[in-house]
Amino acid sequence: MYEIKCDVCVVGGGPAGLSAAVAAKKAGAEDVLIVERDESLGGILQQCIHPGFGLKLFNEELTGPEYYGRFIDEAEKVGVKTMLGSMVLDVTENVVTCINSEYGVCEIEAKSIVLAMGCRERTRANIVIPGTRPAGVYTAGTAQRLMNRQNEMVGKKVVILGSGDIGMIMARRLTLEGAKVEAVVEIMDFLAGLTRNRVQCLDDFGIPLLLSHTVVDIKGNNRVESVVIAEVDENKKPIESTKREIECDTLLLSVGLIPENEVTNKAGIKISPITKGPEVNQYMQTSMPSVFACGNVVHVNDLVDNVSAESATAGKSAALYAAGKLGKADAIAVKTGENVRYVCPQNVVAGDESVDLYFRVMKPEKNVQITVCDGEKVLFKRKAIKVNPGEMEKATVNLNGISELVVSVKEV
Amino acid sequence: MMKKEIICTVCPVGCVITVEGENGSIDSIEGYTCPRGKNYAENEFVSPVRILTSTAKLTGAKSPLVAVRSKTPVPKDKLFDCMAEIRKLTVSAPLKRGDVLIENVCGTGVDIVSSADVK
Amino acid sequence: MKTDVLVIGAGAVGTAITRELTKYQLNVICVDKREDVGGDCSKSNSAIIHTGYDAKPGTLESELVVAANPRYDQLCADLDIPFKRIGAILPAITDEQFEQLPAIKEKAVKNRVYDVEYLSKEQILAMEPNLNPEVKGGLYIPRESIIDPFLFVVAMAENAVANGAKFMLNTEVTGIRMDGDKVVGAETTNGYIEADYIINAAGLFCDDIAAMVGKNDYYVNPRKGQFYILDKNTECKVNHIVLPIPTKVTKGKLMCPTIHGNMLVGPTAEDLTDKYDKSTNAEGLDSIRVDVQKLIPGVKLSDTITQYSGLRPNRNPEGLNIDTYDDVKHYVNLSGVRSTGLTNSVSCGTYVASILKKMGLDMKWNENFISKRKGIVRIKDLPKEEQHKMIEKNPLYGNIVCRCETVTEGEIVDAIHSPIPATTVDAVKRRLRAGMGRCQGGFCGPKVIEIIARELGVEPKDVRKGHSESYMVCGKVK
Repeated sequence: MYEIKCDVCVVGGGPAGLSAAVAAKKAGAEDVLIVERDESLGGILQQCIHPGFGLKLFNEELTGPEYYGRFIDEAEKVGVKTMLGSMVLDVTENVVTCINSEYGVCEIEAKSIVLAMGCRERTRANIVIPGTRPAGVYTAGTAQRLMNRQNEMVGKKVVILGSGDIGMIMARRLTLEGAKVEAVVEIMDFLAGLTRNRVQCLDDFGIPLLLSHTVVDIKGNNRVESVVIAEVDENKKPIESTKREIECDTLLLSVGLIPENEVTNKAGIKISPITKGPEVNQYMQTSMPSVFACGNVVHVNDLVDNVSAESATAGKSAALYAAGKLGKADAIAVKTGENVRYVCPQNVVAGDESVDLYFRVMKPEKNVQITVCDGEKVLFKRKAIKVNPGEMEKATVNLNGISELVVSVKEV
Repeated sequence: MMKKEIICTVCPVGCVITVEGENGSIDSIEGYTCPRGKNYAENEFVSPVRILTSTAKLTGAKSPLVAVRSKTPVPKDKLFDCMAEIRKLTVSAPLKRGDVLIENVCGTGVDIVSSADVK
Repeated sequence: MKTDVLVIGAGAVGTAITRELTKYQLNVICVDKREDVGGDCSKSNSAIIHTGYDAKPGTLESELVVAANPRYDQLCADLDIPFKRIGAILPAITDEQFEQLPAIKEKAVKNRVYDVEYLSKEQILAMEPNLNPEVKGGLYIPRESIIDPFLFVVAMAENAVANGAKFMLNTEVTGIRMDGDKVVGAETTNGYIEADYIINAAGLFCDDIAAMVGKNDYYVNPRKGQFYILDKNTECKVNHIVLPIPTKVTKGKLMCPTIHGNMLVGPTAEDLTDKYDKSTNAEGLDSIRVDVQKLIPGVKLSDTITQYSGLRPNRNPEGLNIDTYDDVKHYVNLSGVRSTGLTNSVSCGTYVASILKKMGLDMKWNENFISKRKGIVRIKDLPKEEQHKMIEKNPLYGNIVCRCETVTEGEIVDAIHSPIPATTVDAVKRRLRAGMGRCQGGFCGPKVIEIIARELGVEPKDVRKGHSESYMVCGKVK
């Protein structure tokens, strides 16, 4: 067995892990090691060749590789160590166990650990689409990997289910590479992804967006031959009379992401039933005090800029913990009020500091007031013309002397 | 006279802005709620541009492809012409972000550059 | 090509017969039209090794299944595949069902299954805390067991190959040649195979083969069974095979653990005519929910990681039959091997061997028969020290391709070059479970395509999911 020691071990070398590692190093951690399963750093951004990253953080429209490229430059500069091609199998309080072709089974002893494994896509089975099980049903991200990293075209006539960002981006990508995208079908009556992507990925190419529709059947015994779509009623039940068959060879699914927490679960770290990621406080500290978490492993973000920001917090906190400067204090649960699905962090430690609370609404609403209250006391108040579950909201509050926090979104 | 409904993408609100005009001149513009939105709709009506991203064939590296982009936005109606040029391209490692791969693609005055580092 | 015995069909039954015949000094060829062993029915069923407690007493099926069950402990140990005797329970939820219990127990005794016991309400709830609390009591059938049906067939086939049998896949029988009243060979899509004896173990398609020798005394229709597989992490689990009390119309829908720790829920029973219709449908899947909730009210079908359907070869008229004919000599016809088929495949093997002997085939014992087969070493099941050694030997064992089920590149390469080579994405999945976990191949799928292409020396566009038309990708982007 191969044994290594470090101060902060970061599991995952995507945008979250890179940002956390750089921040940990900058916060004074001597030895920071990223353990990454892929052969190269960058995580999912390696296949996200489209623009739109970094608008908040760098005020520039970068592609995925350009975005993480800047972080790799930074990581190299500050001296972050990396171990590539290494899959983490187990995490305990101070040990990360991984396997690697070169070194075999490795045990990494760390003073603190940052989990940054990202997320995975919901599948056909998760949403129970009946029909046959032919080749040609892919999640959008899988298709994106095949096309952008492996140079393999997934199909020529494509239907996309789900109006998530990756789905729309793949609609454009496929169209630019000569495939015909027949439609993007969305079960909700609103767009799941960003408006910008609807305009630049669908409208620009005349790809129909069918809201309140879903795929009710997949046909073809060997390769997809067609899908049957139908409009849905207000209970999301397909309306029989609206069924229509679309001939295609490929069905892409962009139906949501789930934080990937296999090792988190195994470690016995508390997982939120709503985000499916570990519950964290404002330091991105999990229920296991030496373990921090950040990025899509905690909750699925829509902008990588937010991931980088929150991961920097995790990295810095992990460095402080490793240096014995951060303990584990009693935390106050952040509660969800009206039209709030979840808030991250899920709990906060009171003190004189300002903290960003990220949250998502349950349903789209217009002309709302966002509030964060401590009992009767309003700590934060902001009006918004429009909120929608696809776009994460932020509220900044000072935690001095608080006894309770409730985030609400109400129509005004 | 041409009338166009433009969904603003400057911020998440997504205002629907209606622009009327002809040959690049605007007669009326309605539905915007901020100056940035007005500016966006004007540009979108007169000369819509997009950043184009794709991949190019790569030799001399483990990966078969490298991500590429137009350094700055290109006219929307030139996207497919530019794609045809990128398709002809084979580049070899090493490459750095920003390395110019095609100069002045399709006469747009915009370069196609590598958007990734390849060792 | 020439062989002593030709077995048509490489499902559980055909494969078990082939393996059994390698215990004798015979040349055996097993053909199948599909690209992999495992047939239709053998790879999509409830993966249970039955006791036969509920068979129709006095039938051949009862005889075969009851005789088969005790063989599995040794057989699975020999074949190096997982097998668990977890036992089944039959809860009676209504008074009416409770009154049926003695008759079910009596039937078990008639089938010579003597170890079925009554369970009180307290006992049954202690065994299965997630059962409907209305339960009145039930029965316990301790030897009902679970197996990995894919590995079972693959392991038997590999063991048969090690003992000299030959498997010809992608080989469809198109006709059977006769010389007078005796079969002499089969025309296939891979050429003519001269055979002294022919065994029809074509399952769902056995009536088509029977028709080739002029036998039309029965036909087979597919009876579809749809299933849900739930995530290993689902909260509401069961420890045993939980079977409903059958009604006159149907055996009903069960819930049980799989050998790999998932939950299996189903099946439906829908009579069809299309032997290729393996689609699931909303009505069927919904009926599973409704029925299983009566047994396990807390079952969370939203934790599903996949749904599939299998086709049982339903014989008309019903019943398991192993037939020989005076006017078609040297030919054995198996039909109606249905729900208990996986279990009694091994019995079919022994039974068919005895028929062949009676028919006059010279069956000299093969003293060199090797009963043991070694499966692909599963890295995830090894202790850390062993894992380390394996990786030192072959670095590919250190590269995890399937995250959900922890499958390494080394294991995938092993499967591709195994005695029954896994040449498709589904074949790899069935042997190693790569792509069978919660991401359903989202992460590992593209890598598996790459590895198969590399190992077989083909282009990724030539890699198939299963069938020859099931291409995964359609060419290069650039």
